[in-house]
Amino acid sequence: MEAQAIFDMLKGKFGDAVVELQGEGFSPAFVVVAPAEVNAVARFLRDDAALSFDSLMCLSGVDYKEKFAVAYHLHSMKHRHAIGLKTMLPRENPSLPTVDDVWPAANFHEREAFDLFGIAFVGSKDLRRILLPEDWEGHPLRKDYKYPDFYHGIKV
Amino acid sequence: MTTRTDALPTQEMTINMGPQHPSTHGVLRVILTTDGEVVTRAVPDVGYLHRGLEKIGERVTYAQYMPFTDRLDYLAAMNCNCAWAWAVEKLAKIEVPERAEYLRVIVCELNRISSHLIAFGSYTADMGAFTPFLYGIREREHVNDLFEMICGNRLTYNYARVGGVSGDAPPGFLEKTKEFLDYFEPKIDEYNNLISYNKIFVHRLANVAVIPAEEAVAYGLTGPNLRGSGVPFDLRKDEPYSVYPKFDFKVCVGTGERGTLGDCFDRYMVRINEMRESIKIVRQAVAQIPDGPVLAKVPRLFKPPVGEVYFRSECPRGETGIYLISDGSVNPFRLKIRTGSFVAMNIFEKVTKGLMIADIVAVIGSFDIILPEIDR
Amino acid sequence: MEALAISLVNAVPLLAGVPLWAVTLLLMVVVAAVILVFALTFEGVGSLVLRKVAGDIQARIGPNRVGPNGMLQFLADGVKLVLKEDLIPANADRLLFKLAPYFAFVGSFAAFVVVPFGVGLIAADLNIGIYYVMAVTSLVVIGVLLAGWSSNNKWALLGGMRAAAQIVSYEIPVGMALIPAVLIAGSLSLQDIVRSQSGLLGIFGWNLFHNPFTFFSFFLYFTAAQAETNQTPFDLPEAESELVSGYNVEYSGIRFGLFFLSEFGDMFIVATLSTACFLGGWNVPFFNAGTLPWIWGNLFSLGVFLAKAFTMVLIMMWVRWTLPRLRVDQLMRMAWKYLVPLTFVNLLGVSLWLLVFKGKGIPAMIASLFG
Repeated sequence: MEAQAIFDMLKGKFGDAVVELQGEGFSPAFVVVAPAEVNAVARFLRDDAALSFDSLMCLSGVDYKEKFAVAYHLHSMKHRHAIGLKTMLPRENPSLPTVDDVWPAANFHEREAFDLFGIAFVGSKDLRRILLPEDWEGHPLRKDYKYPDFYHGIKV
Repeated sequence: MTTRTDALPTQEMTINMGPQHPSTHGVLRVILTTDGEVVTRAVPDVGYLHRGLEKIGERVTYAQYMPFTDRLDYLAAMNCNCAWAWAVEKLAKIEVPERAEYLRVIVCELNRISSHLIAFGSYTADMGAFTPFLYGIREREHVNDLFEMICGNRLTYNYARVGGVSGDAPPGFLEKTKEFLDYFEPKIDEYNNLISYNKIFVHRLANVAVIPAEEAVAYGLTGPNLRGSGVPFDLRKDEPYSVYPKFDFKVCVGTGERGTLGDCFDRYMVRINEMRESIKIVRQAVAQIPDGPVLAKVPRLFKPPVGEVYFRSECPRGETGIYLISDGSVNPFRLKIRTGSFVAMNIFEKVTKGLMIADIVAVIGSFDIILPEIDR
Repeated sequence: MEALAISLVNAVPLLAGVPLWAVTLLLMVVVAAVILVFALTFEGVGSLVLRKVAGDIQARIGPNRVGPNGMLQFLADGVKLVLKEDLIPANADRLLFKLAPYFAFVGSFAAFVVVPFGVGLIAADLNIGIYYVMAVTSLVVIGVLLAGWSSNNKWALLGGMRAAAQIVSYEIPVGMALIPAVLIAGSLSLQDIVRSQSGLLGIFGWNLFHNPFTFFSFFLYFTAAQAETNQTPFDLPEAESELVSGYNVEYSGIRFGLFFLSEFGDMFIVATLSTACFLGGWNVPFFNAGTLPWIWGNLFSLGVFLAKAFTMVLIMMWVRWTLPRLRVDQLMRMAWKYLVPLTFVNLLGVSLWLLVFKGKGIPAMIASLFG
């Protein structure tokens, strides 16, 4: 199914929660949705027979300087089509519902986004730092991250 | 005699497996909670090899990032090189000469063979048979010789370039490749005779850590781990890139021939069979390779248009997806690398519940994880 | 031993003034020293051969740096083991930790005493030989268990527990598989068992060919004994790729060396027992070593015995470098569900055979056909 058709379908179902379609220059195209509705949209994308996006290829946090974003890359094994799902978050206390109950694959990716961007996924079954030590300060992939000079007294 | 279990309190034991352990394939740490030999919970703890490859990507130009992809998966550096090149070319809309694509496919498939050889060898070593490991290493040396011939390196190749490859194949390379394939093809049968169908080996792997197809898809498994569950999904076939559509090869899937579909043995056998398919692809590529340039004229510093691209390619350890965001400057705005091993670790805790300690080793080996790819 | 002392006193007039018990004691010490030297040499050379064989099987060269063709590698290894620092973990049970290697070493070394190396070459021809071997080799399990427990390391503990379960379980099939040889010889003495296989051209008298059940019990014994001595595919207590190194993970220096040596000692004991009980011991096909003069007869039979035993050791190494490892539950299932019942049935078969055919084996019956 084409991105435009998926967008229209989502728009009809979720109304204003579906913000825009990022098509030009984006591969795959992104449907931008409001953060609060992410879980519901995800569930619909997975369960609808015409869409059945059963596979979450990738989940990434992005720092667009003025805003954070979480980008989901979806793929359907059944229909062999792909779509991106994106949601914009404020820089202060970024948080959104988890999707690991929809795609279990999301868990590690969400932990990574939490670790490196500080994005909180509400309702996640296991949200801990994954790549960095538990007591690491800051979130390195943020654009305004300051490199620390010392970690536990060790020069970095 | 009366049994007095109440007088013998038993306790669960927490054991730290790794980060220094011979069969966690690197610096993986697994926190095991065991009841005797039975594992009640196995929580993977990754990150010991985190080098911030994604952050580095935001600081260097597109061309400069190529050597870093070698370190993404040192056993399949060619595949990572090419994945990066393909992703950047898709973002910047760069046309690649056909001969370069053929050379990329040849080295990628050769690297897939050598990577699967290590997977096969280290897996048997994990199972207690050390000899097949050295047989795998023996054949891998020949692949390394070929790579040394074409790019001068034996481990971190840095061969692909944005717009092609760093150099044409030297004279004699294609003949040597054919010679190697002729030498190597019968060796696969030797491995099967030696270990694959060994009764003890089969008993150790069959019916262990079964992953049904739906679960494999839901957990995002890719590559041999997904195909081991019987899902015939291969990016080279289903989302073709480069010149792969021109070649005739089969997608190997698990069949449950010795146990349940989706067990460790199926994942192992998929890799063994994939080596045969890679041989087929390389043979065809060597036969069909056209003449011509191998590197498009791409400036050292180029600015791709603003946009976002997600490119995925089939690496030996599953899908390597590269999510690139360009803001129109010379270096990437954001780079995310999604790797097969990282995703495979996600399902680890689920499939290891109730297995024995020895099976944990079998599961880690059957996923064929590599730590630099997980930790990036 | 006393008889030997008396003959020695008679032969050497110089010893006439020395009390008999002193001569006997001296003789015992000498014999023990000789056996110890033999055992250590075997274990040293064995480790070299193991590595060379491994190299051959694995398509590589193996040790080739120390001495010609790496022949002196085992000396270098030994010196390294002795010189290395003897580490004891801070939280280990120090006494037990220090004691454990000796149990393991003594267990395997003491068994050498009753090995019938030749016509007259046996340190102590105990009339309970087999029983004795079974008893002292079981001492190894105490050492291994102590090592696993006292190291205060969970991997070592798991290794120790596995070893205890394994050795205790496989003790039964090992014993049951050896009893047919005892039944045929009518004696527990290893020397008697070897002698009972001397007839019929020196090869058809072997217990291996006595009847189908003994043929079978040889393989049962060999399998079970591999497990009892923790050889691959039953090397679970060490299981390098699972338990890191198992019960000896915290040991270093000579204490580790003792475990290492006891492992080789066990290997040799298994080889000698299968040689003595099933492969005719020092009996040679088509030749009777007993007819030679004492010295030559002994040297000759020693050579034959060692050749057979080393062949068995080589087979064990071959198996070791070929097969993968069983899982713990599979190992236990194999012992209790397959080997134990099989050895019992086998024993019953041998007993019935001996009862029905009055102790005659198939080769003997064929021989009697031809008069």
